[in-house]
Amino acid sequence: MAENSQQTADREVMSSIINRYPPERRFILAIMQDLQKQFNYLPKEALQMTAEHVNTPMTVIFSMATFYKAFSLVPKGRVVLKTCDGTACHIKGSTIIIDEVYKILGIRPGETTPDGQFSLETVNCLGACAIAPVLLANDRVYPKVTPALLREIIEENRGQ
Amino acid sequence: MNQLEVKPNHETRMILVCCGTGCLANGSAAVYEALCDALQGNDKIQVETFAKATGCNGLCEKGPLVKILPDDITYCKVKAEDVPEIVEKTLQQGELVQRLLYRDPATKKYYKSHHETDFYKKQKKVALRNIGEIDPTSVQDYLDRGGYQALEKALKEMSPAEVIEEVLKSGLRGRGGGGFPTGLKWKACAAVDNPPRYVICNGDEGDPGAFMDRSILEGDPHTVLEGMIICAYAIGASNGFIYVRDEYDLAVKNLTKAIENARECGYLGKNILGSDLSFDIELVRGGGAFVCGEETALINSIQGNVGEPWDKYVFPTERGLWGQPTVINNVETWANIPVIIKDGAANFASIGTEGSKGTKVFSLVGKVVNTGLVEVPMGTTLREIIYDIGGGIQNGRQFKAVQTGGPSGGCIPENLLDLPVDFDTLTEAGSMMGSGGMIVMDDRTCMVEVARYYVNFLAEESCGKCVPCREGISLLLETLTRICEGKGKPEDLDLLESMSSTIQQAALCALGRTAPNPVLSTLKYFRDEYLEHINNHRCPAGICKELTEFYIDAELCTGCGRCRRNCPADAISGEKKKAHTIDPAKCIKCGDCINNCKFQAVKVK
Ligand SMILES: Cc1cc2nc3c(=O)[nH]c(=O)nc-3n(C[C@H](O)[C@H](O)[C@H](O)COP(=O)(O)O)c2cc1C
Ligand code: FES
Repeated sequence: MAENSQQTADREVMSSIINRYPPERRFILAIMQDLQKQFNYLPKEALQMTAEHVNTPMTVIFSMATFYKAFSLVPKGRVVLKTCDGTACHIKGSTIIIDEVYKILGIRPGETTPDGQFSLETVNCLGACAIAPVLLANDRVYPKVTPALLREIIEENRGQ
Repeated sequence: MNQLEVKPNHETRMILVCCGTGCLANGSAAVYEALCDALQGNDKIQVETFAKATGCNGLCEKGPLVKILPDDITYCKVKAEDVPEIVEKTLQQGELVQRLLYRDPATKKYYKSHHETDFYKKQKKVALRNIGEIDPTSVQDYLDRGGYQALEKALKEMSPAEVIEEVLKSGLRGRGGGGFPTGLKWKACAAVDNPPRYVICNGDEGDPGAFMDRSILEGDPHTVLEGMIICAYAIGASNGFIYVRDEYDLAVKNLTKAIENARECGYLGKNILGSDLSFDIELVRGGGAFVCGEETALINSIQGNVGEPWDKYVFPTERGLWGQPTVINNVETWANIPVIIKDGAANFASIGTEGSKGTKVFSLVGKVVNTGLVEVPMGTTLREIIYDIGGGIQNGRQFKAVQTGGPSGGCIPENLLDLPVDFDTLTEAGSMMGSGGMIVMDDRTCMVEVARYYVNFLAEESCGKCVPCREGISLLLETLTRICEGKGKPEDLDLLESMSSTIQQAALCALGRTAPNPVLSTLKYFRDEYLEHINNHRCPAGICKELTEFYIDAELCTGCGRCRRNCPADAISGEKKKAHTIDPAKCIKCGDCINNCKFQAVKVK
């Protein structure tokens, strides 16, 4: 039952986001961005509602959702780790950090741990190259990350 | 945050706290809050004092930066805990807090103001003129520094054709990478007799190692709006769009506010400043695809399509957004327009080289001491940028190369450091200006791996529409990966070269055609490093894991124990004050030891 009321609530949020925009094709991107922000991924139902709203085939919506990097079609973990792999972070060792995350959590960029705790993503330059390599954990910024620091960061964010 | 609309004068003092991304990441928001709290109701300060949050000052390495005006004091690496001391010593007693001043790493000299440092002295701020000096959310701050005067001048004293003529005469070339003369673009668009016309600002900033446009949009949004409105007047456009990456939260926020304020003040909307010009601007948030920075892909994206480039190239000035004549320029290009109109084309053209006028903003990053955002006159040499402004290479290591032009650019070696930087010289050197990423690399950067990094980026970002780009780039990637893993063969280098030339000739859009540049430039200047990987199974930089083994030089090791304590894999052992050793079986090749050894005792075998 709780499941259902959650679904109803979600649906209401979806339609209020979608209805903020005029029913024109050029607003698909903006709608999907707001949905992604709200749910951390694009629920299928929301995409269907978007397709109806802008009167565009689902295939078009789907191809946009897969084309643009900002979107995910699967739910993300509770803590989203984003390692910057911009050029400055890369030459200061972001690959090591990505490898170490795999060793500790068993996930590669784009994946989520089976318990739904952590997801890993890579992002491009965050404009903070002076403190490279940079890691974000749910938008908290960690500067000059080393393998040793990474362990602490993951422990700090585990199951709070 | 407290909003204030007061001009600095002799009775007031202004404290500017840098809240650019780099400083925010270092905790500048807490510094700003602490300052605001400390100022509130403090009756011991004689002079009325205000605090403001500004955009990026450029010297990100020393952030958070706090500037005090009109005294012209700059404090570096300020923490919230330092605020009481700043308030007591500087604001109440008029003394300097020496430990927070900028200290030259070479001469150990302290500087009272950032203006006196080498980092700033060789720079010339045109596009960045207001950033770090104003509160980007205050239109009044922009006006106080001469903002919107260029627009008034254009509307009241100049005809649209005269505006275009002025931009032409300035010699301004597009800052988004292509370097196309901006005036010519406007002229071509104005000449197409098919209204409505559109104006677009390209704020997609796809280069994965650069943040110039972001800093402008965050730190001085009105200058971009003013540039676009002037263009709308010159070409007769009715609507404008700013396409900005959605990840740039603060830029989106500050732009939204700026557009609202500009409407309230009558700079946007119907009959702007009482003239016949009616023009409005809409913000479009991009979806984070590199190819969307390409102008035709960007136009597709604004129209609500997948952001792929057009099959056949038609100039957007002729048929652009919704098939209408469109001018699209880069953020930094727009930021130069108000200066050109207000101070005159001749003034602007007096800066720079024969073929490239004005200044260029670079995000100077990588293994350089002063990492940050710099703006220099065109024609400044790479050496001046990296050594005089940038302060040289970190940790006293050896310079190897500087990469410019983003994923479509190339790596420039040491013997070309005296090259004066402009559009044409960089292209001749096998790289390009690009949008302004400048990544400094040292002997701990593997050039094969760098080529692999860019090619991998482009493989992920290729829209996959044309075969040469899709298949060609993945073949490049496979080959480079093989070399990095120690499975390269001598004939791989020929394969890389021939595949590169096929892609250059046959790809549909500029993403594909320029994709081989990082491979070709590293092959040209660093072929030996490729050969080391292939013939001797060795990565001289110690980056490619399969080809790297670190060891400690017993002669140089003092046994300080730093590497042993920090090693995340417990691979280092040794007694205090005796030479240490690395267990290659345990070593994860993270490089922590070699990067941090003060005695250069850790070596690559
Ligand atoms: C693959 C590719 C990516 C591009 N990315 C950007 C970008 O991120 N920002 C930008 O301003 N221009 C970018 N450009 C250049 C634009 O196509 C266009 O030339 C530019 O926006 C024109 O403005 P300008 O004349 O002021 O430079 C890119 C071009 C290509 C081929
Ligand atoms: S490359 Fe990571 S912050 Fe710039």
